[in-house]
Amino acid sequence: MSSLLGNPQPTGSPSRWRSGAILEVTDLSVDYIMEGGIVRAVEDVSFEVSPGEFIGIVGESGCGKSTLLFAIAQLLAPPASISGGSVIFKGQSLVGLTERKLAALRWQDMSVVMQSAMNALNPVTSIGAQFSDAMRAHGVRSKAEIAQRSAEVLKMVGIDPVHLKSYPHQLSGGMRQRSMIAMAMLFTPDLVIMDEPTSALDVVAQRSLMVQIKELQQELGFAVIFVTHDMSLVRHFTDRLMVMYAGQVAELGATTRLFDSPLHPYTVGLMEAFPSIHGPRVPLTGIPGSPPDLGNPPEGCRFAVRCPKVLDRCYTTAVPLYGVDGQQVRCLLYENGEARG
Amino acid sequence: MSFVLRRLGFFLLTLWVALTLNFALPRMMPGNPAQVMIAGHRGVIPPGALKALEAQFGLDNHQNIVLQYLHYLVNMASGNWGVSLTTEPGNSVAHAVLDALPWTLGLVGVTTVLAFILGTGIGIVSAWRRGGRLDSIMPPIFVILTVVPYFFLGLLLILVFGVKLHWLPYFFTYNFTLTPAFNWPFISNVLEHAILPGFTLLITTIGTWILTMRNNMITTLAEDYVRMARAKGLPGWRIMLDYGARNAILPNLTGFAMSLGFVVGGAILIEEVFNYQGLGYLLLQAVDNDDYPLEQALFLLITAAVLVAILLSDVATAILDPRTRGAR
Amino acid sequence: MATLRAPGQAGTDQTPGYAGAIGGLPAVGGGGITGARALRRMARAIRSNGKATTGAVLLLIFILIGLFPGLIAHDNPNAEIYKPALGPSAQHLLGTTGLGQDVFAQLIYGARPVLEIAIGAGLGTTIIAMLIGVAAAYLGGVWDGVLNLITDVLLVIPAFPLLIVIASYLHGADTTVMILVVTFVSWSYTARQLRSQALSMRSRDFLEAARVRGERAFYIIVVEILPTMTSLLVASFLTNALYAILFSSGLQFIGLGDPNQISWGTMLYWADQGEALETGQTLWIIMPGLCIVALGAAFALLNYAFDEIGNPALRPVRSMQKAERRQRVKPAR
Repeated sequence: MSSLLGNPQPTGSPSRWRSGAILEVTDLSVDYIMEGGIVRAVEDVSFEVSPGEFIGIVGESGCGKSTLLFAIAQLLAPPASISGGSVIFKGQSLVGLTERKLAALRWQDMSVVMQSAMNALNPVTSIGAQFSDAMRAHGVRSKAEIAQRSAEVLKMVGIDPVHLKSYPHQLSGGMRQRSMIAMAMLFTPDLVIMDEPTSALDVVAQRSLMVQIKELQQELGFAVIFVTHDMSLVRHFTDRLMVMYAGQVAELGATTRLFDSPLHPYTVGLMEAFPSIHGPRVPLTGIPGSPPDLGNPPEGCRFAVRCPKVLDRCYTTAVPLYGVDGQQVRCLLYENGEARG
Repeated sequence: MSFVLRRLGFFLLTLWVALTLNFALPRMMPGNPAQVMIAGHRGVIPPGALKALEAQFGLDNHQNIVLQYLHYLVNMASGNWGVSLTTEPGNSVAHAVLDALPWTLGLVGVTTVLAFILGTGIGIVSAWRRGGRLDSIMPPIFVILTVVPYFFLGLLLILVFGVKLHWLPYFFTYNFTLTPAFNWPFISNVLEHAILPGFTLLITTIGTWILTMRNNMITTLAEDYVRMARAKGLPGWRIMLDYGARNAILPNLTGFAMSLGFVVGGAILIEEVFNYQGLGYLLLQAVDNDDYPLEQALFLLITAAVLVAILLSDVATAILDPRTRGAR
Repeated sequence: MATLRAPGQAGTDQTPGYAGAIGGLPAVGGGGITGARALRRMARAIRSNGKATTGAVLLLIFILIGLFPGLIAHDNPNAEIYKPALGPSAQHLLGTTGLGQDVFAQLIYGARPVLEIAIGAGLGTTIIAMLIGVAAAYLGGVWDGVLNLITDVLLVIPAFPLLIVIASYLHGADTTVMILVVTFVSWSYTARQLRSQALSMRSRDFLEAARVRGERAFYIIVVEILPTMTSLLVASFLTNALYAILFSSGLQFIGLGDPNQISWGTMLYWADQGEALETGQTLWIIMPGLCIVALGAAFALLNYAFDEIGNPALRPVRSMQKAERRQRVKPAR
């Protein structure tokens, strides 16, 4: 691996990030400011990512997970903007940094993989050109180095480097997606943020892509935040899991714990909606109802109207996150730090 | 390559349709076209021209319509465009057209290119600095401008700069007391006469470019690949150009060709208002005098010119957009 | 209208994921939205958007002028009985023409033909374009190819020169002829737009649902496709009305209209012939032009506002209507 590009330059105060989390998100909130009013798409989300950790974020469409990702990566565009909280990456606070300062750590320390490579790749320039402009933006001038590194990353994902000359529309869906991942690997960043990178693919390609991502991660040691709506994917590949609902964190904890003993009724519903192929036959259930209007969120628990275990108090009490044995859950059932009924 | 060939084929087809329209229309109208022309000139027509006219319109009835048609096509293709009754009796249409051609080419050519370049540039910047001052005052101004008829703007400018202020001349292509020559007095006089008409044409056409480029840019800037470019930490100007403008300009190129049709229409009116002796002015003179051969030739020429421009912009699109170049 | 006339412009939805939430879709299973509600929504949208209000008010004023010219102008616009080339005064608000007619009266009476042409050609163009464009999209195959070719050829031939040539062979165009001729020259552009929108809808789910239900092609086109294209149809009408005004006044200016008709374009023609600019009869030549600009601006403003209001506001209404209907029609299985 090219040493010039393989070792990230430490940014920010060293003491903080060496001590554990490379990413600390605290009470992050994102608002969409529209003509009809303000919609808070993400509310008070907090979590940490340790180096090399693989974190999954799941939730239904519209729960705010993609918005959260873009907020972390400082890629929001009007009318969305961060309205509160902080994002500390390797000891440096990202919120409020100028684009100039952000540009320095973009891609080198943190890279992004988006959902649809067809939309995320510039249709009028070749793959190679898109690799090289990222490198040149970070000071790599020599054509030979650029060519070498581009070929390297493509080979990492199993694509023949001859495709550096191809245009995005000339590649198959799976190849496009993998070349996006290869592009994200250019500087071997510490954190890779992925927004449903496999949703656009068929099931077989999905699996092979996930395996590839996991292998790369274990080999190169980067942390991953992986957003998806597919529970079966997270089960096998993630270390920790965050379940989002209506812009808030519903549950957060180690993946195996969550799958074995889901706490929040929403999580339970999600698990039941994806029955295991090996398990006993159960009738397929969904979760009746639909998420609340975030322009006008309810007073109490946002899941109350759909919850099978709802209490009267749930409709009127704003619910904080409770810790239960290392897991966090936003549900009044666990008020005392342990399960109730 | 096949893309360009297909377009070429399409244009030849269109040219043929235009030719056929030209042939068919006068014959479909009530009345005898040649007689109308003759009546308009009350017998001040040399006999040779009369014969030619009759032949052109098949009034000698010696040939059936299909043969007339084929004859017509051959004539058009070989530059034998007939005799004009407008400029001087017996003057050839081809001659009259060639006299007027360079004036229009100069006026329309230069202003269109200027309008495209300036308009696109302003549109790009105004979209990039969304919400800036440039962006908030521009759209309403240009919406109003697109509504102003070309000729009316010309009249207003004549009123202000010509009649009231006496700053600029406003009729003819140059002062006819001067003899045409390649010296500075003549050339500067030509340029002086071209300022008002050129400016009118520039103002009326630039609005479209600015607005469409701005809107295309705004749409493009919302695309995922632009967000990706930001994520990669690319400098702002590079995102604006390589990721934004390069994609946003593509629909504009197609639009350029299409709107050329409108620019031509506007140029005709502007030449009329300023008595600018170009092809447009000639066309309108021909219309006034029922000079059908001249009208037809001009219409075909204008159509052909627009087609060539469209073909050129298609070639440019093929160069800039790899997706049009064909299969994987 | 600039934003619509450039072909190839992406009509992509830029609304972020929460536009629907703000729109406040009422609870499913509740009242649903009827046609009347939709109109009220549109009216509200127009009132809240400054551009739309200005445009609508302007248009209304001109329509009233066009319908009841006699109430506003008391002189006969044709009568050449006054002293020519007078300046503005109490008896002649805008002076008189070089031929001794009252300019103000001419201006007021001249509104109707312009409106007739604008609305007539606007409607005509949009309807023909709709028929051809949607048919081509829906029929597909050879029919699509043929209709497409015709549309493209007509599209590429420059409109105004063709207009001039046709009008010249006809020796001038009165209102009816003007409407026909302008429609002939303009329909191809809108046809292309409508066809491409119809094409993009062919594979949409609610159409598949209709097909699976066994509905016939005619039903699908009229009841499912057309209403969803409402915003584009309205925008096309406004654009085409605007261009009809510009085209027709241009033709009239060069003398190819009906010179005996009183219309803003013909006023400009006579003023130009009478060398109004040089002889200082400024009002005669400027006022009709300003009226054209004002009426055109009304259409353009409405159009620009519809660009902004258009899709998001009308679409949720449409789909709620559909959901409502689907709920009412319970399949008897």
